[in-house]
Amino acid sequence: MNTVAKSPSTESVRPRSTGASLDVEKIRRDFPILARDVRGKQLIYLDNAATSQKPRVVIDAITRYYEQENANIHRGVHFLSELATSKHDRARQAVRGFINAADVKELIFVRGTTEAINLVAQTYGRVNVGSADEVLITAMEHHSNIVPWQMLCDEKGAKLRVAPINDAGELILDEFAKLLTSRTKIVAVAHVSNALGTVNPLAEIIQLAHKKNIPVLVDGAQAVPHMKVDVQALDCDFYTLSSHKMFGPMGIGVLYGKAHLLEAMPPYQGGGDMISSVTFDKTIYNKLPFKFEAGTPDVAGAIGLGAAIDYLNAIGIDNIAKYEHEVVSYATERLSALSGVRLIGTAKERAGVVSFVIENIHPHDVGTILDQEGIAIRTGHHCAQPIMQRFGIPATARASFAFYNTKEEVDALVNGIIKVQEVFA
Amino acid sequence: MPELRDLYQEVILEHSKAPRNFHELAQSNQKAEGFNPLCGDHFTVYVNVDGDSIQDIGFQGSGCAISKASASMMTQAVKGKSKAEAKELFDTFHKLVTTGEANGDRDDLGKLAVFSGVSEFPVRVKCATLAWHTLQAALEGKQEKISTE
Repeated sequence: MNTVAKSPSTESVRPRSTGASLDVEKIRRDFPILARDVRGKQLIYLDNAATSQKPRVVIDAITRYYEQENANIHRGVHFLSELATSKHDRARQAVRGFINAADVKELIFVRGTTEAINLVAQTYGRVNVGSADEVLITAMEHHSNIVPWQMLCDEKGAKLRVAPINDAGELILDEFAKLLTSRTKIVAVAHVSNALGTVNPLAEIIQLAHKKNIPVLVDGAQAVPHMKVDVQALDCDFYTLSSHKMFGPMGIGVLYGKAHLLEAMPPYQGGGDMISSVTFDKTIYNKLPFKFEAGTPDVAGAIGLGAAIDYLNAIGIDNIAKYEHEVVSYATERLSALSGVRLIGTAKERAGVVSFVIENIHPHDVGTILDQEGIAIRTGHHCAQPIMQRFGIPATARASFAFYNTKEEVDALVNGIIKVQEVFA
Repeated sequence: MPELRDLYQEVILEHSKAPRNFHELAQSNQKAEGFNPLCGDHFTVYVNVDGDSIQDIGFQGSGCAISKASASMMTQAVKGKSKAEAKELFDTFHKLVTTGEANGDRDDLGKLAVFSGVSEFPVRVKCATLAWHTLQAALEGKQEKISTE
């Protein structure tokens, strides 16, 4: 057995509580699923980058909507329709405050980040990207911030350029700057990498692009659950988020776009709600944000997202960021101390994610054995195959954290990894 | 409640660490590539078929312990067999890893019976069968990459 931690004393000298103003035990009771057992063991949920768990207030808001408030919005004069409409509007206001958009008309409800990026590629992209033009992304993007641009480039005869990352998983800013040319029509970049946890230097990226009048879309799916996001301070042109990664329901997300850009873009889908008037000769499109919201929306989803935002605001996103930083740092420290374990993605600025490989053991086997311990992690390429190619590995094991995770759960993960190594010893 | 040792039997671990016939075949006249897009497992199976008989077989690639051990033990099991016998063995093996039971007599499977524990881990069935699917494609002379999806 060659798999003992290099510094077994870490556990005993480290204080158990974090000192942050966040009562984790109380928070854990807000999430019903965290109380359940998995395979006879207490669930340890470390797959938050795939999807987060939902607090009782979100589940209740959705239930209440369907039990007491359900009606279609924007079309009835009756009581319930007015109630549902106002609740839907209030959810959009909650999103506005949460990411500090200037106006609710800049916030489009979509199915999630994937749809938000496709929307921009298929509207802004189709109008503004022509043959011989370029779209610039980075080497750490999720497939959802690669494929929509590839589809656009294929259609238009444009070229997808990829800014490289270093061995730590950080964007090489000089190389990125060199790839910004007169042919670049849009930059699309992750705020936080889902596979590596790298936090990108958005301020610099956006400044560099704006110097050349190139708009920037930010994939914020992995950032909003972990840190304060202010789209006006960032000065990004588009920002995307997914409700289910920030403790809200699945199936809804938001595209933020600067009003003047959204105004100039053609609609994405045609149908009800996105029109002002329709004749067989001509349709006048509705004003923002409704121009991009064809068909009956996921009203319950929006209300659930609003409830999640209220919940996060009550805890305080800065408290969350501070607490998570301690847990992720602790996980990084303890995993780094294990012999045979190598972290993939060691950027100075990271959030939420610890990706790793174990010498001579495939991540899939790691995942199966940890699962027997009730520990849920993700194994595989994390919808980011080019990153795996960059690091020359087929897959990683990824532990991803939320503010309900604890250092004790990190200890359980470490013990689980030692067990994995014992099985394969 | 499935037990880990049912899945990770000693024989399986041993083959995953030291896979047999883990090389390209100089004499191969048929080959196929198989991959599992979910976990990134990726193997190429090479066969040298003389008439109806699998004279030699080798494989290369990367994957988890289950997929690698399965590929390794498959190469030992089918070497010298006819195409039809290899297909029949795959059918029996497939039934074993999906249901935990073999068609009739487990003796047909020989050492491959150690994979019966896979049936308790449904998401790992694809790992155990990847190399077998790839072998079938090689024997049938299919050109396209085989995917478990």
